[in-house]
Amino acid sequence: MSNITKKNLDINVEYLTRVEGHGNIVVNVKEGKLEKCHLNVIEAPRFFEQMVKGRSMFEVQHITSRICGICSTGHCLASIKATEDAIGFTPSEQTRKLRKLALHYETLDSHLLHILFLVAPDCVGAESVFPMIKTHPEVVVLALKVKKICSDLCDILLGRHTHPITLVVRGFTKLPTRKELEKSRELLVELASDYGKALEVIKTLKLPKFERETEYLALSHPDEYAFLDGNLKSSDGGEVTPQKYLEFVHEYYADHCTSKHSKNKRTSYMVGALARFNINHEKLPKNVRDLADQLGLKAPCYNPYMNTVAQAVETLFCAQDSIRIIDEFLAKGINKDEAVSSWPSKNEAGSFKIKAGRGVGAVEVPRGVLFHDYTINGKGMIEKANCVIPTNQNLSNMDDDLRKMIPEILEKTKEEITLQSEMLIRAYDPCISCSCHMLDVKFV
Amino acid sequence: MSETKKKVRVAFFDFADCEGCQLQLTYLNTALLDILNSIEIVNFREVMHERSEEYDVAVIEGSITRPHDEERLKDIRAKAKILVAYGACACTGGVNGIMRNHTVKAALETVYPGRKDKMETGLIRAVDQVVKVDAYVHGCPINLNEFAAVLKGLLLGALYKVPDYAVCVECKLKENVCLYEKGQICMGPVTRAGCGAWCTSNGNTCYSCRGLLEDMNKQGQLDILEKHGVTVEMLKDKFSLYNGCKLEGNK
Repeated sequence: MSNITKKNLDINVEYLTRVEGHGNIVVNVKEGKLEKCHLNVIEAPRFFEQMVKGRSMFEVQHITSRICGICSTGHCLASIKATEDAIGFTPSEQTRKLRKLALHYETLDSHLLHILFLVAPDCVGAESVFPMIKTHPEVVVLALKVKKICSDLCDILLGRHTHPITLVVRGFTKLPTRKELEKSRELLVELASDYGKALEVIKTLKLPKFERETEYLALSHPDEYAFLDGNLKSSDGGEVTPQKYLEFVHEYYADHCTSKHSKNKRTSYMVGALARFNINHEKLPKNVRDLADQLGLKAPCYNPYMNTVAQAVETLFCAQDSIRIIDEFLAKGINKDEAVSSWPSKNEAGSFKIKAGRGVGAVEVPRGVLFHDYTINGKGMIEKANCVIPTNQNLSNMDDDLRKMIPEILEKTKEEITLQSEMLIRAYDPCISCSCHMLDVKFV
Repeated sequence: MSETKKKVRVAFFDFADCEGCQLQLTYLNTALLDILNSIEIVNFREVMHERSEEYDVAVIEGSITRPHDEERLKDIRAKAKILVAYGACACTGGVNGIMRNHTVKAALETVYPGRKDKMETGLIRAVDQVVKVDAYVHGCPINLNEFAAVLKGLLLGALYKVPDYAVCVECKLKENVCLYEKGQICMGPVTRAGCGAWCTSNGNTCYSCRGLLEDMNKQGQLDILEKHGVTVEMLKDKFSLYNGCKLEGNK
């Protein structure tokens, strides 16, 4: 082991691939001692909180949806919830259920993209999904097929997936017909059956046995596995309403990297599928919990690589729960009169009261809890906005994981250490486009 | 296409954007595999590890902000035979263009209060405000039918032509009731078509994500506004939503 203690290692993964957005990993070991170790975010800054200043509350969800192409529905929903909270508008029960459905579709789409396009190459030792077209055509065809199903589902409910059209403040601009609901149900049943095949791929995942106990944060709801609604709960104890999220979420600037980081009482916390599972697993239906068991996922789980497995478990839940919601609508029907316009028309404008105030929207998007926090003036214009992105919240946790893991695997080759580090970051499914709170980073 | 014929090498590059337009490719289903019979994707950071510096076609997503992004884009332009601007952020600057109405100083104070680091940023630009663009795929997000038409054009050596008429034409074909008749404000009359009236057919209004018509019927639009009691002032914000980089005075 003496050679390990004197080991020098310099890893600089520029342009980390198979993640959403631009990031680098920097690791520097001198004589067996870890000197530098972190993920840098190098995405170009876009300043959304500035961009929405002075813009109408009826278009802010349209703008903030553009923060991220993968979780645009989540951004839309967090934005709409923040706006409605600020002006004191309560959406109908039908709207709430349809929004839940929209969010399930996004979670399905995003989790399946991550598992089948971005992680599967690690399962088979391929550089990307492209060489797999020749070596594992069945996985690629499956991946493309389930993505298409998700896209078709979103087309029906939202007009399209990326940057949804029908999701607006107050409700939906277009509501699905009975025929469309029946079609959606068929698609979901097909997806659930394809999911069985995807599961076979997931079962071949060889995940490193690394553990680090950390704090987990997720929304929690007394009656359901929380995605759209709930209070913010910590695995370290305590629960606050979304409006008080700043009691748990402390944003700060890290020395090594100019993106915003977050922590609570410890140096870091984790959000995302694993955090949700650890906090809310008891709210999952029995068959979903059984699947988790089968896949070796038991709460509390401290292995961040298992985030991908938690995503697989949530995929089953979201498909199943979507069918349940659609069946409710098929039984009771949809009230078509609830369709709203994106902006109050001239006739409505008088009857629609705008109250100045601050509002917070907290939503569990695929990568973890997302907050939009708006202050709206009496004219319905955004005065101040703050968006706290899941990937930003996870940055410190990724750094802490790397810092614990690298010294544990120093006996491996540089290539193995690099791959295992890349896989760790990919396990978080980071969406770096979203985490736009960054400045430019100087390389070491 | 036979295996012996050399495939067209296509590289994807992303700058300041949400990457949503690249993601549309994953919705192609097995049509993607058919396309891959004719083209070879040699660079696509979001889904692949391997990368190549040799390509025929460069597909550019995102707006250009920082000096080193500008250098990178110029380098890509020098290597590519054909350069495609892909999505609203690349074609018109997209929502990033809203920043043309704000100062970087104000943005820094809003987003990074109390931070002293020097940051690298610059004027937000559409791709054609930095280098020559050979083909455009407009929209936020792009629509796949149009991208397929652009690809076909590239393979056949006949570049796709973007429609030069208003979204209203496609909206009428979809038999939608005009949003102005419903007391809404819509950018359809001044926005280039090609999306199939995507948003207006789903109950929303047009936000002009495909950019303003080169030769728009200004008087026609003013007549509509007057008829429905809408002032130009009420429209101002709508113009800056996707076209901030392209508006007179902002160039």
